[in-house]
Amino acid sequence: MRIPLSWLREFAAVPADATAEDVMAELVKVGFEEEAVHRPTDALRGPVVVGQVLSLVKEPQTNGKTINWCQVRVVPEGQEQTLTGDGIDPSGVQGIICGAHNFVEGDKVVVTLPGAVLPGDFHISARKTYGHLSAGMIASVRELGIGDDHDGILVLSRIGLDPEIGTDAMELLGLYDQAAEINVTPDRGYAFSIRGVAREYAHATGTAFTDPATKVNAPAELSGGYGVKLNDDAPIYGTPGCDRFVARTVRGVDATRPTPQWMVSRLRLAGIRSISLPVDISNYVMLELGQPTHCYDLDKLSGDIVVRRASAGEKITTLDGKERTLDAEDLLITDDSGAIGIAGVMGGAATEVSDSTSNILVEAAHFDDVSIGRSRRRHKLPSEASKRFERGVDWQVAGVAAQRVVDLLVELAGGSADEAGTDVGTAPETVTIELPAGFAAARIGIDFTEAQIVTSLEDLGAVVVKHDAGWTVTPPSWRSDLETKEDLTEEIARLVGYDKIPATLPVAPPGRGLTRVQQQRRRLIQALADAGLTEVLSYPFVSKAANDTFGTADEATPRSAVKLANPISEEQGYLRTSILPGLIEVAKRNHSRGFRDLALFESGLVFLPGDAMGTAAIPPLGEKPADEVLDALYDGVPDQPFHVAAILTGHDSPAAAGHTPRTWDWADALDVARLAGDVLGVDLVVTQGSHQAFHPGRTARLALRTGETVGYAGELHPKLLAASDMPARSVALELNADALFDAAPDVIVARHISTFPVATQDVALVVPADVPADEVLAALREGAGELLEDVALFDVYAGKGIEDGKKSLAFGLRFRAADRTLTADEASAARESAVALAAERFGAVQR
Amino acid sequence: MTETLPGAAIPNPTDEAAINAAVDQAITAIDGAATLDELKAVRLAHSGEKSPLSLANREIGRLPKDQKALAGKLMGASRGRVNKALADRTAVLEAENDARILVEETVDVTAAPRRRRAGARHPLSTLQDRVADIFVGMGWEIAEGPEVESEWFNFDALNFKPDHPAREMQDTFFVEPPEAHLLMRTHTSPVQVRSMLEREVPIYVLCPGKVFRTDELDATHTPVFHQFEGLAIDRNLSMADLRGTLEHFARQMFGDEAQIRLRPNYFPFTEPSAELDIFHPGAKGGPAWIEWGGCGMVNPNVLRAAGIDPDVYSGFAFGMGIERTLMFRNEVGDMRDMIEGDVRFSEHFGMEI
Repeated sequence: MRIPLSWLREFAAVPADATAEDVMAELVKVGFEEEAVHRPTDALRGPVVVGQVLSLVKEPQTNGKTINWCQVRVVPEGQEQTLTGDGIDPSGVQGIICGAHNFVEGDKVVVTLPGAVLPGDFHISARKTYGHLSAGMIASVRELGIGDDHDGILVLSRIGLDPEIGTDAMELLGLYDQAAEINVTPDRGYAFSIRGVAREYAHATGTAFTDPATKVNAPAELSGGYGVKLNDDAPIYGTPGCDRFVARTVRGVDATRPTPQWMVSRLRLAGIRSISLPVDISNYVMLELGQPTHCYDLDKLSGDIVVRRASAGEKITTLDGKERTLDAEDLLITDDSGAIGIAGVMGGAATEVSDSTSNILVEAAHFDDVSIGRSRRRHKLPSEASKRFERGVDWQVAGVAAQRVVDLLVELAGGSADEAGTDVGTAPETVTIELPAGFAAARIGIDFTEAQIVTSLEDLGAVVVKHDAGWTVTPPSWRSDLETKEDLTEEIARLVGYDKIPATLPVAPPGRGLTRVQQQRRRLIQALADAGLTEVLSYPFVSKAANDTFGTADEATPRSAVKLANPISEEQGYLRTSILPGLIEVAKRNHSRGFRDLALFESGLVFLPGDAMGTAAIPPLGEKPADEVLDALYDGVPDQPFHVAAILTGHDSPAAAGHTPRTWDWADALDVARLAGDVLGVDLVVTQGSHQAFHPGRTARLALRTGETVGYAGELHPKLLAASDMPARSVALELNADALFDAAPDVIVARHISTFPVATQDVALVVPADVPADEVLAALREGAGELLEDVALFDVYAGKGIEDGKKSLAFGLRFRAADRTLTADEASAARESAVALAAERFGAVQR
Repeated sequence: MTETLPGAAIPNPTDEAAINAAVDQAITAIDGAATLDELKAVRLAHSGEKSPLSLANREIGRLPKDQKALAGKLMGASRGRVNKALADRTAVLEAENDARILVEETVDVTAAPRRRRAGARHPLSTLQDRVADIFVGMGWEIAEGPEVESEWFNFDALNFKPDHPAREMQDTFFVEPPEAHLLMRTHTSPVQVRSMLEREVPIYVLCPGKVFRTDELDATHTPVFHQFEGLAIDRNLSMADLRGTLEHFARQMFGDEAQIRLRPNYFPFTEPSAELDIFHPGAKGGPAWIEWGGCGMVNPNVLRAAGIDPDVYSGFAFGMGIERTLMFRNEVGDMRDMIEGDVRFSEHFGMEI
């Protein structure tokens, strides 16, 4: 909301020298954030004066243009030029070149004299041009920064002005005024008006306030006016779409009269363009009182006005010239011809006022906020009117506003008002709120005095009645947002000042600290960072193709994913089912910036839609839903497990003197995955895996002991790497970390540490090439029995000396007994038994 | 290297002068050995089997009985002197040798390569942990919830009326199909509702996490960002308790000098509501109040939605942006740096903020 200071001063005690910044500094105290300052003099400096064109000589130029060489009087005849400076002619007549042709000798115009500065930091000076010394400029509205029109210069008579020569044109055009722009929160509809803001300014400063509504002399009752019927047969939430409609008639207006400059200037500072006198008056009253009004050309109306819901498929052409198809829920203003306006949103073209309008019907109505909001959204028609109706308009002010429009039409457009008028509707029920004594003090922590409470509420316009247990408060009609004792408490605290609230620190009951999962998550992330990986973040928005490739191991299984209804980009319209697509994008970005050796990881949620997606209905607010309703809400939320993923490209470390970095390979990816398992105490089972995003021969499937797959690690598929412009041999892994957290042991039982000597034995086994080493190792472990302390694979060999299709696996076995020193025979026997099982399972032959 | 060549005269083991001369000759040679190799040759010449002293020693056996004892004593002492000299010289030369090798092994430590990659945390993640630790230290617990959420938890339970403009101002990502009433949470407040439904009063929880708004990415906006929200529900909590908690937190976060300011504002889920500013003495362009977040006393409708009696309990809530906090605390100038994943951003912070 933009507040011209001259307007605010009419109703609030704003000091004469206060700036927009000063006003905003006061308003912020009562809850209106500072947005911007609008001050023409920030960009425009005088001298800018009224001049009269004495002579105008048309001089055709060689470039085909014709320019005017003008003599312009800028000081009344017989008076002396009091201005001095380069280019100011002491005679009071300036010679000026002007390229515009929309004026004639005798016209009064706006002259920017040498020394003036125009918006865009355009300095005016006397300069030689077209063979003359042009000492100033005859200005257009655009050059002055007060409009878009650049078709010609501003001829003052055309905007109804005939000022004395030499008059300060900035004063004349209201350019010394300034506006403070504040942010109005959506609960405070009343503050979308000078009336509301002036009241708040008075609250903030403790100064006097005059209610503009009280300056208007509206009749207490109206009758005999234009026929209006309120026929809402489908109220939303039981609230009638229109609960008040005031209609007034003004006849014999001259709609072509120019709008006075004081009004144009205030509208402009408030951000509203001048259209025509009746429309300007309507807007002016809306800004002043917060009540949107509408002017109909009375002679274009036929029959009674009926406010009703649209019938499906009904059409209207709105003021902006667009034909719109209406929805059955739209609230309409209609007459015998059909729809003549979408209530509270935009009027219709057919009944709009024009230059030829002489009789006007003024509407000031009160509409349901929900109904207006829905129509505005449906037709994408945000308007100043809808903005106010959606946030709450004072039911009581409609009659006042209509009267104010009538008064201005009479005063400025030369009309005469009918005594008869229409005022139909039903006042909303008066709300009273019980404010128990002590409640505000307890809620805020300030021991408010009774005077503070009562004065604050009365200053707002509320009626306060004291009784034994507290106060009964009737909020003012413009504060439909005040419904509860908490609302009143905020008002009291706000007016007394939030800066008066003391600080006390409440003590929470003994807490449980981080939960196990929270600790596990931290440990996992920290371990990966400690291991040399860099944590990054990416967006969860991905393409369908990315989900189909990364979200599921098997190409043939389509990946179901959560689709956004309004994504930022349609291309990335789905939520991730894997972290890797985002991570690959991050890797690519780093590559393009010259970083090719990367070890990146990201952790976060992935989104897996289940059978139940959401709920068809949403329970009402302000009450706890029944258990089964709550369960349905919980169950309808898609599964969102916490994943961790990493990608490694290029080398494991920077090249340096005396150090040759190693290229990351598939085993590094597996190693990172195992590290994740290790730090959580989860034993990951590695088997040869298959995943469409990974190299078919270099992929490990990672599983829990239970067999549940928890992720994949290995080299990314060469084709995929090539297609996404990634370095060949990049490796990656992704784990369902939640599954690991679940699998982590609760209590680790200590093992006995034997201090008897170790007996080591090595064994080399020849097995078919496709037998996984890990399975042979498992067989050895099982076969060796309890004397085996540890077994490790230390060599894999195939080639000379080994039959084709076979490989040799060399294992080191460590034996130790808990209670004695093992003899060589015992150790050998255990080894033989281990080999025997490997032979039985895989046909392993000892070399 | 040796002065006593094989075949030289064998001194008489009873001739003390001759033996002493041989001993002196040996000691001179030993002390003159400059390296361990030289000393090895000297050892051979003067205490080896063919050395004069060894040969003289062997002569004792041929001496008459009465001379044997004397000669034995003389030879024993003499050879002892030579052996001691050898041992001493060996120790000296070995020490010299060791020292020389160590000197020769000197490297330029400033040219050492970094063999191990230094990893890094994302500062948003580090900051999130730090915030959580402050509240855990106060006895609060950390609560979490889903990022795709039911509309009820995100709006209705938080007292956003179905048609209120406040709902639209949240710029919400909705999930298909719209009839399912699912969305990406626009704030971490739905976790407050879940916490109230799942826990017993009193409740003191902090809810950090990712939130989503349909903003295009630019220097100050991102469609995905992080918040942390606090919620306290207890008997007799007041706005003074809210201020005290925020002040304590601000001081933990920014030092004892930190100040906060509350300004009236509007949120559907709190009443009264306030905007929270923090005084930033080190702000670029001079000390300034900076908007940090929103807060207020929990709206009774929110308590009712969670089945908590607003006549018995009251509560306060507050919420701040983690990106915003990092931006003014660590002078991050551009939102994009935080979310694009450029490794330089995380690596500059390392494990710290």
